[in-house]
Amino acid sequence: MAFPEPKPRGPELPQKRVKTLDCGQGAVRAVRFNVDGNYCLTCGSDKTLKLWNPLRGTLLRTYSGHGYEVLDAAGSFDNSSLCSGGGDKAVVLWDVASGQVVRKFRGHAGKVNTVQFNEEATVILSGSIDSSIRCWDCRSRRPEPVQTLDEARDGISSVKVSDHEVLAGSVDGRVRRYDLRMGQLFSDYVGSPITCTCFSRDGQCTLVSSLDSTLRLLDKDTGELLGEYTGHKNQEYKLDCCLSERDTHVVSCSEDGKVYFWDLVEGALALALPVGPGVVQSLAYHPTEPCLLTAMGGSVQCWREEAYEAEGGSS
Amino acid sequence: MAALDSDSDEDLVSYGTGLEPLEEGERPKKPIPLQDQTVRDEKGRYKRFHGAFSGGFSAGYFNTVGSKEGWTPSSFVSSRQNRADKSVLGPEDFMDEEDLSEFGIAPKAIVTTDDFASKTKDRIREKARQLAAATAPIPGATLLDDLITPAKLSVGFELLRKMGWKEGQGIGPRVKRKPRRQKPDPGVKIYGCALPPGGSEGSEEEDDDYVPENVTFAPKDVTPVDFTPKDNVHGLAYKGLDPHQALFGTSGEHFNLFGGGPQGTSNLLGEIGVNKGRKLGISGQAFGVGALEEEDDDIYATETLSKYDTILKDEEPGDGLYGWTAPRQYKSQKEPEKDLRYIGKILDGFSLASKPLSSKKTYPPPELPKDYRPVHYFRPVVAATSENSRLLQVLSESAGKPVPDPGTLSRHQLNASKRGELLGETPVQGSATSVLEFLSQKDKERIKEMKHATDLKAAQLRARSLAQAASSSRPQPSSPDVGHCSWRVASSGGTATTKASNFKPFAKDPEKQKRYEEFLVNMKRGQKDALERCLDPSMTEWERGRERDEFARAALLYVSSHSTLSSRFTHAKEEDDSDQVEVPRDQENDVNDKQSAVKMKMFGKLTRDTFEWHPDKLLCKRFNVPDPYPDSTLVGLPRVKRDKYSVFNFLTLPEATSLPTTQASSEKVPQHQGPEKSRKSSRWDTSKQEKKEDSISEFLSLARSKVGPPKRESSTLVIKEEEHVTESLSNKTVNKDVDSQTEGEGSRPSMDLFKAIFASSSDEKSSSSADEQGDSEDDQAGPGEADFKSSQATDSVETSSVARASEPAPQEPAPSFPIQKLQIDEREAFGPRLPPVFCPNVRQTLEAPQKEKHKKNKEKHKTKKEHRRRKEKKKKHRKHKHKGKQKNKKSEKSSSSESTDSSDSQSDEEGPADLSPQELLKRLKSLPLRRQ
Repeated sequence: MAFPEPKPRGPELPQKRVKTLDCGQGAVRAVRFNVDGNYCLTCGSDKTLKLWNPLRGTLLRTYSGHGYEVLDAAGSFDNSSLCSGGGDKAVVLWDVASGQVVRKFRGHAGKVNTVQFNEEATVILSGSIDSSIRCWDCRSRRPEPVQTLDEARDGISSVKVSDHEVLAGSVDGRVRRYDLRMGQLFSDYVGSPITCTCFSRDGQCTLVSSLDSTLRLLDKDTGELLGEYTGHKNQEYKLDCCLSERDTHVVSCSEDGKVYFWDLVEGALALALPVGPGVVQSLAYHPTEPCLLTAMGGSVQCWREEAYEAEGGSS
Repeated sequence: MAALDSDSDEDLVSYGTGLEPLEEGERPKKPIPLQDQTVRDEKGRYKRFHGAFSGGFSAGYFNTVGSKEGWTPSSFVSSRQNRADKSVLGPEDFMDEEDLSEFGIAPKAIVTTDDFASKTKDRIREKARQLAAATAPIPGATLLDDLITPAKLSVGFELLRKMGWKEGQGIGPRVKRKPRRQKPDPGVKIYGCALPPGGSEGSEEEDDDYVPENVTFAPKDVTPVDFTPKDNVHGLAYKGLDPHQALFGTSGEHFNLFGGGPQGTSNLLGEIGVNKGRKLGISGQAFGVGALEEEDDDIYATETLSKYDTILKDEEPGDGLYGWTAPRQYKSQKEPEKDLRYIGKILDGFSLASKPLSSKKTYPPPELPKDYRPVHYFRPVVAATSENSRLLQVLSESAGKPVPDPGTLSRHQLNASKRGELLGETPVQGSATSVLEFLSQKDKERIKEMKHATDLKAAQLRARSLAQAASSSRPQPSSPDVGHCSWRVASSGGTATTKASNFKPFAKDPEKQKRYEEFLVNMKRGQKDALERCLDPSMTEWERGRERDEFARAALLYVSSHSTLSSRFTHAKEEDDSDQVEVPRDQENDVNDKQSAVKMKMFGKLTRDTFEWHPDKLLCKRFNVPDPYPDSTLVGLPRVKRDKYSVFNFLTLPEATSLPTTQASSEKVPQHQGPEKSRKSSRWDTSKQEKKEDSISEFLSLARSKVGPPKRESSTLVIKEEEHVTESLSNKTVNKDVDSQTEGEGSRPSMDLFKAIFASSSDEKSSSSADEQGDSEDDQAGPGEADFKSSQATDSVETSSVARASEPAPQEPAPSFPIQKLQIDEREAFGPRLPPVFCPNVRQTLEAPQKEKHKKNKEKHKTKKEHRRRKEKKKKHRKHKHKGKQKNKKSEKSSSSESTDSSDSQSDEEGPADLSPQELLKRLKSLPLRRQ
């Protein structure tokens, strides 16, 4: 185009609390952004799933139908449906607008720790403590999963999906990456039980957090260690980690009530953001903006960069 | 409800009818009984409801015609006098007064008719919508769009308006032509290209003579012909339920053959008001008639000829409707009108084209020769033999083909090299007419020898089987085939044995089966006395003859069964009686190496395992990814068979990955399960003692290096001790064929296994200690750690027991505990724990730590019981399998010692609270020693 690209600004870290949502659904087990980052989902221990506008702090809808606490949720690429999994061993597909349960997939033998849609929202992948990942078909009425990935020796704590890969972290200390295009399974041994995995946004690396209070950045293709991030505390709980919106920083929850930011390349601690007295249970990073959601206890906090001004000034 | 005090009356706004204030002393009114609840009309007459559909207007007298008195009207009024007054009776004269009321069929109230309602904008939109609706896959799918109305007109409209366009006009240069009657019918406004009613056609000539030269008219507003490709699976010309037709009745009386598209639009553009008299209801093709509708002649869309045009005619010249399908004279007529120009402003930067676009030149098809007859006749085909060569020649001459020289080959009989020769090319080295010619002389020689040998063998076999046939009383009609087939068996070599393992004709009698296999092997080697050698010498002559016969037949049957039967049957997925189970072929190998690699932060090759993994076909489809293995039916990891009930299914044996050839042999294991198995010695037997020392020292160094978490290591060590014994027993079944050199020192079973088997004892220790620590320090953190460890253990228990019948979830609802307890139970069972609930509005409160501990203990007991049970089972099985093993006793001993050990730890658990790590270490050190 005719105009030169605007000069890239230095990355800003979200450290200004702009909103606190009191979710009123027991403990918030997980908080997730939707695909464009305008809305967020909170999974409550009172069996409900809630959809919010995090910046305005408005509750848009409550989805109830789980038989036990909801542990993870995800939204589809077109924002038309949600999926969630919980302690009732069921994976539920929701219709966003009507709030109705579209499908309920049963088959896991234990709690469902994590759920993900694939890119086209045709398959739901769910990881459970029964050490299996099940791929549920949203298109057909088949009650059984399309495929069960049961290579893990212990519970699955985290599943992430790219266009042709499934990345799974397990309590057996391994990160498995199923490459559908190549038809291969890559298993990386980390040793300590994995609590969370994620792809970098460029798809070249995987970030792995484990119960030895360490985050590791691994090369996706070779499994080599690219970086190690320590300083936070993660020894007991299943806590989330992620990368910032431009892959500049590594972000992780911690059991000491802070959120830690590390510079991705240098590995140096960039910021320890104090959230509160308890454990930061879950976090979600906005896909395009420096905006962070953290969950502590029964509330969710929304953080923006320092220069951020709420539009319109309305609450 | 109005408030009682009068002061506040002004402030309050009351809605609805208030209840009448009760007078004091008055009894509350009784509700009206059901039989007294009647409906009357204005005049106090009873009203009856007629069914659900009609909504209840009364007809006649109590569902009858007439009145109470019968058919006679109650009062007869003669109309003789006032006949002159009322000349014409309207429909209103026959209506009831209810019909004229607000909600009747002919309301009297004054309302704005559609013609005068402000909807000029809507008309435009309506049209656009109707266009869209006609082309949409589902007619009426655009209804949703109607609900969303744009706030203002689009830019296109504004632009057009600025160029002088007005609503209701068509777009394009203004036309010099006679004004058409815009309103053929005063009641009906027609927009666009509505078909003229039949009667008005003749009127056009009359108007011809009144056209001033300089007056131009805007073009007609025409809905363009849309050539919609047929992309649905409906029948031809099927239109689904068109909401306009359905809701407002059918108005298309006339089919226009010349414009399939405009047919729909013409009636779409027709005024809706025409059909106003019709009641609303859904109708359409293949839809029934509603209860209210009287005419049901149209539902099946009967086609009559009267609906079609029978004469070719231009209906409306000059309207530009025809497009490229217009008749010629119609097109040429339009030519002189080219000089028309836009009256509106021409936009800046645009000008009218001065010369028309050059049209493409079209060429006429080639002319056929005069004497061409479009008939093909076939020449008779004559085979070229010596007798009819003359005939052939004649035939081919008549066909104008030169007779092929008998000496030279025909074009089609030449091969590449010969063609090359004809063309004068230098032949390719070796003049390769077949693959064989590429072979060296030596290889050819060898092949010839082989061929010779196999021929010989075949001859031998044939001879033998002939002899058999002669010796046996039963005649064997297919005896030459027997030889042939069995030769094939023999020559197929390596595959024969593997396939023979699949086909076991004498599986019920293992001895016989063995003899049969021996027979096959001998036959393969080409030994003449194959049968004689393998038969049991203790058998009688008759038996022998019989068996010989059987074997020969089986060998024959085997081949045929392989080709024919196997194509019809699939192998059973689960063989009930076999002692095998499918386990993944590749397994993540030794954890120890990786652990050290992780410690050294040498991620990469050392920590990575790569497996072949087959995704499900459907999954690939859903992910939009091509199937990486389009030919395989496998899903998941490739699997091989291993012994069922063997712990070693779940071991990570390095040889399983390092030596792929062993898989084949391990597959064959059951076939050869014989006495020689027990003879083999394993390396565990020999190096047991030193190994033990080794591991202890290793353990000690480990324990010294970090005093913190030695418990797990220690427990695994204990297990390892025992493992030496058990493995020596059963690893032969797995890797019998592997020589002991290849399984290096690294073949230690994985940690998971140990945890799986002996989890209870280890995690008791750790968790109890952790519990105690946690109690003293913090309610939250302590149990958490314990939870995690125990969960890890229990989880791996689960995984290891996958092969067995899936056991119920480890937690059982304890009736004595409330639901809260259950929750805790579950939470502590697996994985990294979820963070605790801090918020005050949670329903479940934090549990008392004491109870939790108690509960945990209980569960541990349970798991332990389970372990013991399983172990017993295993033991039983082992005993059953390897009878007469000298190590049996030993393993029993060790397992019993294990159980004592676990009881030990049980008592430990109840023991003193604060255990220092050093003390634990000491205790642990003493444990293996005691065992020795």
